[in-house]
Amino acid sequence: MLTGEYAERILLHYEDPFHQGNCPTATHSTFRDSPLCGDWVRIDLVVTPEGVIDSAWFDGEGCVISQAAASILVERVAGMTIEAARQWPARSLLELFGPGLSPDRQKCCLLAWRTLHAAIDCPTAYDKLPNEK
Amino acid sequence: MTITTGSATQLNVESIRDDFPVLKRASASGAPLVYLDNGASTQHPVAVIEAMSDCYRDFYANVHRGIHTLSEESTRAFEIARDTVAQLLNAASIVEVIFTAGTTAAINTVARSWGDANVKQGDCILLTIAEHHANIVPWQQLAERTGCQIAFLPVDTDGKIAADIVRDHLERLRPKMFAFTAVSNVLGSEFPVAQWTRLGHEFGATVLVDAAQAVPHMPVDVQAWDADFVVFSGHKICGPTGIGILYGKESVLESMPPFLGGGAMIRTVSTNGYVVGELPQKFEAGTPPIVEAIGLAAAIDYVRSVGLPAIHAHERQLARIAIDALSTVEGVRVFGPPADQRAGIVSFVVDGMHPHDISQWLDMRGIAVRAGHHCAMPLHHDLGVPATCRASFYFYNTLAEAENFGLAIAEMQRKFARRRRT
Repeated sequence: MLTGEYAERILLHYEDPFHQGNCPTATHSTFRDSPLCGDWVRIDLVVTPEGVIDSAWFDGEGCVISQAAASILVERVAGMTIEAARQWPARSLLELFGPGLSPDRQKCCLLAWRTLHAAIDCPTAYDKLPNEK
Repeated sequence: MTITTGSATQLNVESIRDDFPVLKRASASGAPLVYLDNGASTQHPVAVIEAMSDCYRDFYANVHRGIHTLSEESTRAFEIARDTVAQLLNAASIVEVIFTAGTTAAINTVARSWGDANVKQGDCILLTIAEHHANIVPWQQLAERTGCQIAFLPVDTDGKIAADIVRDHLERLRPKMFAFTAVSNVLGSEFPVAQWTRLGHEFGATVLVDAAQAVPHMPVDVQAWDADFVVFSGHKICGPTGIGILYGKESVLESMPPFLGGGAMIRTVSTNGYVVGELPQKFEAGTPPIVEAIGLAAAIDYVRSVGLPAIHAHERQLARIAIDALSTVEGVRVFGPPADQRAGIVSFVVDGMHPHDISQWLDMRGIAVRAGHHCAMPLHHDLGVPATCRASFYFYNTLAEAENFGLAIAEMQRKFARRRRT
């Protein structure tokens, strides 16, 4: 049986993620990685002139937890103002994800949260991956 | 060194396991603990735990300091520990055995002391790509200080390095230092230390051997190896953390300036300066890891009583069982040499599964492995993977544990590997 952090809901986010891919109309975008395991997540935000996140997208590679958490995050932050997203605490993503994450796996979960916070401050510069054209 | 591998294990593993209290506990999931993370650190027999608590309880004091009963008893036990290490390594003299904080501290001592005194701009340090960060970064720091160059020997797809590759690099680069691991902590490759040392010396290199994954698992004779430096850690041979060994040839250690300054490493100190003390205290500034040395000696006595040739044969058998099981699982890639030519270290990846997820799956079944780059990022870059899973065995692991590890991976592949993004 799959239990805890591998609950069916998480696996579904991993297999069929929300808003995965490149957003060509992104106004804010960056990526972050985890040198420990090589996981990476990129977050693209489409922010309206009023400062509201119209939609959020992610791309990445990594473990079930880091990628499912990114899917959960981009689903959740759509509709938030930039300021609200900036204030959105890490524990909120951990709570959305669900119980059972050890401290080490919480780092996997929060890769997307770190990336979101970085992306908010990357309005025009599109940080390309090293292997990206 | 030739070690024959018997078809049946010669160890009474069940009786050995009775000596290790932690092996009786369960993991967080409630499953019995299967500890396969020995490459990172090993567990402790009662003999080690009691040797250390006996010291704290009965005769602890600082060493080489006081003319009183406790100090003399502690000093005696501390120096017996040094002799125990010298015997384990077959060192020519006990002054060649320096207590350090660990393998990392030992290599840093050589890079700082020997390196700063002998290496200059344009010189070369030759390493292998399979080194642990502890045998890379101290040399990169030396390069920052001196402008020396660092070159890496490549490993082939079998996790080996052919002798003519080693010879070619030595002949072309003429490195001042040739520093390499005896056993790769990722690949399980057992490199031919005596042969490489001979080649290194032939081309004028000083040779350092990182034996952190070798000394706990096979007989090591530093005089047969003939290396100038051999280093290892206490906590990988059932001993405590915070202690490691820097073995150096007496003539080489004598020629080196001290590294850390402070108490114990001096003969005299005045307001005008200091006079350096004799070996081995010359490299042991400050209060040494006294109780850790006593614990390390108890660990060495224990491991030698089990028998290092039998330990090596047993671990090779465990690795073979694990590799045979993994080879039947679809999408599994095992790194390193064939099973009959390697140490008890099995690193692998499973197609479509992240090493962290594999590790978590195994932990739910009580099986402790390590996932990540194992402090060998250059090697993982070379292998083309950011991270691997590693099962690393020790003599207290049973054949059934190796089999169950293989079964758990097969079960995981069946249930989980198909759960991937489409």
